[in-house]
Amino acid sequence: MNKISNRQAICDVLMEHAKNDKDIVVACSDSRGSASLIPFADAYPDQFVEVGIAEQNLVGVSAGLASCGKKVFCASPAAFLTTRSYEQAKVDVAYSSTNVKLVGISGGVSYGALGMTHHSTQDFAAMSSLTGMRVYDPCDRFQTTKLIECLLKDKEPAYIRVSRNATEDIYDEYLDFKLNKANSIFEGNQVLIVSCGELLVYAKRAAEILNERGISTGLLDMYCIKPFDTESLLEKAKNVSLVVTVEEHGPYGGLGAITAKELSTHLPKKLLTLNLPDEHLMTGTNKEMFAYYGLDDKGIVKSIEEVL
Amino acid sequence: MDKLTRKAYELRKDIIEMIYKSKAGHVGGDLSVIDILTVLYFDQMNVSPENFKDSNRDRFLLSKGHCADALFCVLGEKGFYPKQEAITTFSKYGSKFIGHPNTEINGIEINSGSLGHGLSIAVGMSLAAKMDKKDYRTYVVIGDGEMAEGSNYEAMMAAGHYKLNNLCATVDLNGLQISGSTEDVMSSSDLAEKFKSFKWNVIEVQDGNHCMALKEAYELAKKCTDKPTVILAHTTKGKGVSFMENQAKWHHGVLDETQYLQAIKEIDEVLAHE
Repeated sequence: MNKISNRQAICDVLMEHAKNDKDIVVACSDSRGSASLIPFADAYPDQFVEVGIAEQNLVGVSAGLASCGKKVFCASPAAFLTTRSYEQAKVDVAYSSTNVKLVGISGGVSYGALGMTHHSTQDFAAMSSLTGMRVYDPCDRFQTTKLIECLLKDKEPAYIRVSRNATEDIYDEYLDFKLNKANSIFEGNQVLIVSCGELLVYAKRAAEILNERGISTGLLDMYCIKPFDTESLLEKAKNVSLVVTVEEHGPYGGLGAITAKELSTHLPKKLLTLNLPDEHLMTGTNKEMFAYYGLDDKGIVKSIEEVL
Repeated sequence: MDKLTRKAYELRKDIIEMIYKSKAGHVGGDLSVIDILTVLYFDQMNVSPENFKDSNRDRFLLSKGHCADALFCVLGEKGFYPKQEAITTFSKYGSKFIGHPNTEINGIEINSGSLGHGLSIAVGMSLAAKMDKKDYRTYVVIGDGEMAEGSNYEAMMAAGHYKLNNLCATVDLNGLQISGSTEDVMSSSDLAEKFKSFKWNVIEVQDGNHCMALKEAYELAKKCTDKPTVILAHTTKGKGVSFMENQAKWHHGVLDETQYLQAIKEIDEVLAHE
């Protein structure tokens, strides 16, 4: 079982590139530990900015640094980064097109029993509705690393949600990563599951179970929430009778909602959207919550079989 | 009359013309802040159309972005674009000269308009200068009504913490905001004490519409080696037009023809003095 979390993968790739690039800057709001960025802060103190527990200032300062040529990775819990500092993300980053990569750590329900204050089940909707902002939710350490390597090469704003704990590897170091292009993991002609981030592991297991049971099921990793890869969705969905979205997000404005819009516009198709409900969530670890809300492999299979 | 004061009054005429023609803008604050902008752009800052791509240029942020009208006149006068283009198209259909600073316009560093953002961005710019061992300074102008925004205090804390002696904020203390007096709406009194408690160097300018007093304050700010500096500029809202001075209703009032002619006449009378 892999023990390297996606946040640690980000730290590793930033440290590797910071060796030869003095413009890479990491900014944190007392979040260097939560973001697994202590090694970066220790190794590159001159390229690390601490602002204390002040998320609005964190994003504003990051925009100021970026406007002077810095490549800023601004890391704070997704719950706070995408709400407390939402207007700074809108005005100082997205509208001003500053080279700030907002890294929302412990996204979704990663914080488990810490409760609703610490969940970010609205971040896809919030951030993708900002003009000029891109939104990514990578699933494992390999995809996270390749995504960050790509984002280091451009100067545009982006929001990257990362989960808290190490997740099972979906890919390996040979992943043929293409920015803004969804990755087809399984091909199928009856059901297409579209998922991203931490839940992709469960979506993959669910697809495997369904395929074993004779239901031909495809799996599309839509890690790019925005820009959404409509072309791949339509290509993979054209022959199936059911499309299923699986996401660690509320029902509004996320993967399911975007998929529904694209399908209804271009390829009307039966759609099942599996997500967290629009209610104050029950208490548990994130894995317990996935199971409770039917977002683990068993829950996904059950929901799909009920619809078929 | 010194050259800076003359320039500030000439720019007042541009502002009045812009507001009159567009029937938009924030004339009261424009007239309180124009002396500050004039001293910064025509005396203090190393910023020009020629060096605007130079990474060592001084940085300027208008955090009270609604006074873009004044800034657009200043940047036009400075040669960033034909000033008449800004005056005649301000707030008009399809114009890039919208009611707030934006980077579509040559000479603008970053988009602003929502209050309480500029100081944090200025902190980032000042930190970048320190990282790159460059000696440019960052200037940010904030409104006194704007000082109610909590984000300012996060930024003040960070600037003091990092001893950003290359950062100079100015608060345009005209004492009025859209709903009335700042003291009544939400008191931000004792700003000097507030800044001092965040480890800032504080310079009070009792007449913030006096160009020479402002110049002296900015020169003094440069001598502070271990703290960020704030200039608390006690200004008059609507300064230079008698019927606008100290009237909250002129926060974003527009002029009719009689008022326009009267305003121009009053400014011309000041300019007529040697």
